[in-house]
Amino acid sequence: MKTHVIVFPGSNCDRDVAVAIQNIIGSSPEMVWHKDSTIKQSDLIVIPGGFSYGDYLRCGAMASTSPIMKSVIENANKGVPVMGICNGFQILIESGLLQGALIRNSSLSFICRDIIIKPTNTKTIFTNKSKISKMPIAHNEGNYFANSNQIKEIEDNDQIAFQYCDENGDINALSNPNGSINNIAGVFNKSKNVLGMMPHPERAAESIHGCDDGRNIFESLLS
Amino acid sequence: MTSSNWQFDTEKSLVESHGLKLDEFEKIVEGLGREPNLTELGIFSAMWNEHCSYKSSKYWLKKLPTSGERVIQGPGENAGVIDIDDGDVAVFKMESHNHPSFLEPYQGAATGVGGILRDVFTMGARPVANMNALRFGDPNHPKTKHLVSGVVGGIGGYGNCIGIPTVGGEVNFHPSYNGNILVNAMTVGIAKKDKIFYSAAAGIGNPVVYVGSKTGRDGIHGATMASAEFDDDSEEKKPTVQVGDPFTEKLLLEACLELMKEDAIIAIQDMGAAGLTSSSIEMASKGNVGIDINLSKVPMRAANMTAYELMLSESQERMLMVIQPKKEELARSIFKKWDLEFEIIGEVTDTKKLILHMDGEEQASIPINILVEDAPEYQRDYIVNVPSPLISFESKDFEDKDILSDLLKMISHPNLCSRKWIWEQYDHMVMADTVVRPGSDAAVVRVHGTNKGIAISTDCSPTYCRHNPYEGGKHAVVETWRNIVASGAEPIAITDCMNFGNPEKPEIMGQFVECIRGMGDACSKLNYPVISGNVSLYNETNGEGIYPTPAIGGVGLIRDLSNTMTIDLKNEGNVLCLIGESNNHLGNSHYLSIIQNIEDGGTPSINLDDELKNGKFILDCVAKKLLKSVHDVGEGGVLVAIAEMCISGMQGIKIDITKDFLHGFFFGEDQARYLVEVSQNKLEQIEVDASKSGVKIERIGEIGGTSISINSIGEIELSSLIDHHTKWFNEF
Repeated sequence: MKTHVIVFPGSNCDRDVAVAIQNIIGSSPEMVWHKDSTIKQSDLIVIPGGFSYGDYLRCGAMASTSPIMKSVIENANKGVPVMGICNGFQILIESGLLQGALIRNSSLSFICRDIIIKPTNTKTIFTNKSKISKMPIAHNEGNYFANSNQIKEIEDNDQIAFQYCDENGDINALSNPNGSINNIAGVFNKSKNVLGMMPHPERAAESIHGCDDGRNIFESLLS
Repeated sequence: MTSSNWQFDTEKSLVESHGLKLDEFEKIVEGLGREPNLTELGIFSAMWNEHCSYKSSKYWLKKLPTSGERVIQGPGENAGVIDIDDGDVAVFKMESHNHPSFLEPYQGAATGVGGILRDVFTMGARPVANMNALRFGDPNHPKTKHLVSGVVGGIGGYGNCIGIPTVGGEVNFHPSYNGNILVNAMTVGIAKKDKIFYSAAAGIGNPVVYVGSKTGRDGIHGATMASAEFDDDSEEKKPTVQVGDPFTEKLLLEACLELMKEDAIIAIQDMGAAGLTSSSIEMASKGNVGIDINLSKVPMRAANMTAYELMLSESQERMLMVIQPKKEELARSIFKKWDLEFEIIGEVTDTKKLILHMDGEEQASIPINILVEDAPEYQRDYIVNVPSPLISFESKDFEDKDILSDLLKMISHPNLCSRKWIWEQYDHMVMADTVVRPGSDAAVVRVHGTNKGIAISTDCSPTYCRHNPYEGGKHAVVETWRNIVASGAEPIAITDCMNFGNPEKPEIMGQFVECIRGMGDACSKLNYPVISGNVSLYNETNGEGIYPTPAIGGVGLIRDLSNTMTIDLKNEGNVLCLIGESNNHLGNSHYLSIIQNIEDGGTPSINLDDELKNGKFILDCVAKKLLKSVHDVGEGGVLVAIAEMCISGMQGIKIDITKDFLHGFFFGEDQARYLVEVSQNKLEQIEVDASKSGVKIERIGEIGGTSISINSIGEIELSSLIDHHTKWFNEF
């Protein structure tokens, strides 16, 4: 499998996701610098977490206009799987590949801790092996918002990827860490080849992480 | 010298406003053979303040043990370096950012993190963990809430953005910090043994290169400000606080590490306190050379900056390097790739002078040795106060039935409650190598790509230091050592951050001297040397000093990560045992201060032989896989430690012991003790081993259920413990 990880100057989970890809998918990804302009052939493009350009403006807003994003969008439109994690999710929204908005956490502070998510649609390339999973979040702006029309649309199209839930899989206010509407933790584009998610599967990918539930997302891509 | 016979052209008030004493000015004139111009005066002010010159502390710091088998670089460089096997080294240091954080908590704390990160990556190491040690005033003081949220926000804001995990730290509250909080930040980095970079400039004619951010007018006189006391008008000093830009630091980190892979850098020094002044002078001094700088070439953020401003600015995210002339283009291209400034601003010379030009005119010419070797050094007068006497308490003064309600009060107190509210605001998992997260005894991070780890702990008990600086100094060192042992790691070395009041007061100087003596004794006995550190004096407001606070950051090595220990109780049916002697020492305990509102009774004394013996025993048990969890018994005593283990592991315990003096046993703060979880089938072995080693071990109770129950007293549900433990910060 030919994989690519986009590296913005302020990406800081690029190495982490590359390690997870190497360990789970079995081949090391090509690291693509944000000033490059083309990705020729790819089976998976990952936009990792971090603070792409410092995020002093709206998170991901500057990154979405960088040279490489044109090629990411072209590839996405051709059906290449594209996955944005955390800041990567924010960038995918800013670039228009995904719907909605990610606003400040309802607590108004950065949150780093384990949460539990439940796959809402398990019939996609990213989630066919997904189950109720524990993995960390680490963000300040992960509060997913979309207006009622958009919500209806993404629900009707089965575009919700993950929702925050409790250990039993119940989706409730207590299990929502950041105020996301309908506990949404991740969404797909219409054709389900683009996934954006706030939780970090690459930080729950081996036993020393205390939990390796994050592997199932990468394993889904293998099958 | 009195004002009446001031005979210099330079205004006396100008000298004083630069924080220089009049006899220090005389020394400058004598050294230069003339009076300094304003730029030179500023340079002397920056180099000779307490923060940069260590003039009151140097004599005493030299008494600390700084060498050892694993020490590659001790104090004196940007950070210390220890050998962690396989050609790898750990590079670390802790530094204070107290004064700026009190004036502007977010930026003060953020730039504290930025500064210590630069100290570490300047040495060629990739930072892998941040830690901190924070002290705030009384929680009810009107400023405390603002300061706590600002400092925590600033530490998180910087570390989260640059992508280095903040894996732990310590926080305490005490009214002695009402007017002067302490923000001590520590960074640990990993490098290859043959790729360590130093700051000694070399090679006459080699280019001196400025990289990073542009220079602005922020932070001018920051180091001088940090070397003075505060008063009611301290708010006016806010402009001396720098503003941090973690994104630029991230670029600088990556660009420097990329250039370090090439054979291009001869010397490198970060521009921290006193910016361009201290970085250029330190490089020249260490290399025994001179440096010429053309200040017109310095990248500037503001128009019409003067030589004085350029030399004293503490704008952040800047570095100074001497590079191989042949690698100039390569170096330039790397910094260009990362969108950073790269400018050759000078060259190495054989004059042994710092010579500055701007717009074709000479702005300063100072022999380096006058600035460094001839800097003032004081052996200040000191008085060692008699330590507070030990008071022994008796069981008849306490009601056994109150034990569980006292426990609840203690674990909900700001000094003992859960710090989750804080660490959840720090990204403690980025880099995906965090093995033990905050909340255990020491944080553990994996050395990337290996199966070994680094254990890190920061600690200090200022109350102990205040009432007995010698034992307090020992305690601070030993507490980190014990935390590292409790994580299953071999303790290797420490960094220290010496926070004290005004050293010109003999009793403050006495606290400093005694803390150093205690630390030195502990370090020597435990073979746990000091490899880097920082001194922050003049932590006073309106003449009122802080408690003596020698914060220690300890680092240890776990050769095999499967031996990592944590505090959370693992399995029902296992037995919890206490290692070490208990003598009901309630003096200066959390129990007395929280429950009885008494701060007295004497600091517990530390028997270093017992520490060594018990610590070795724990590590032997870890190696033999006899232990399931370990927790050192520290603040609050045995019962608080048990509660923390239960909460962490979501397990209850049935405590079954017989003691004459239950309060003394449960809340006494005797030292050299650990709680260990042992499975039933290993119990006999560990007891035999303990007896062979002359280590006291006693069974405390059996793990299981959903409550802490104590025979003959009663029980509390875990859910209630958790509520009490987490409530204070959530409601703060």
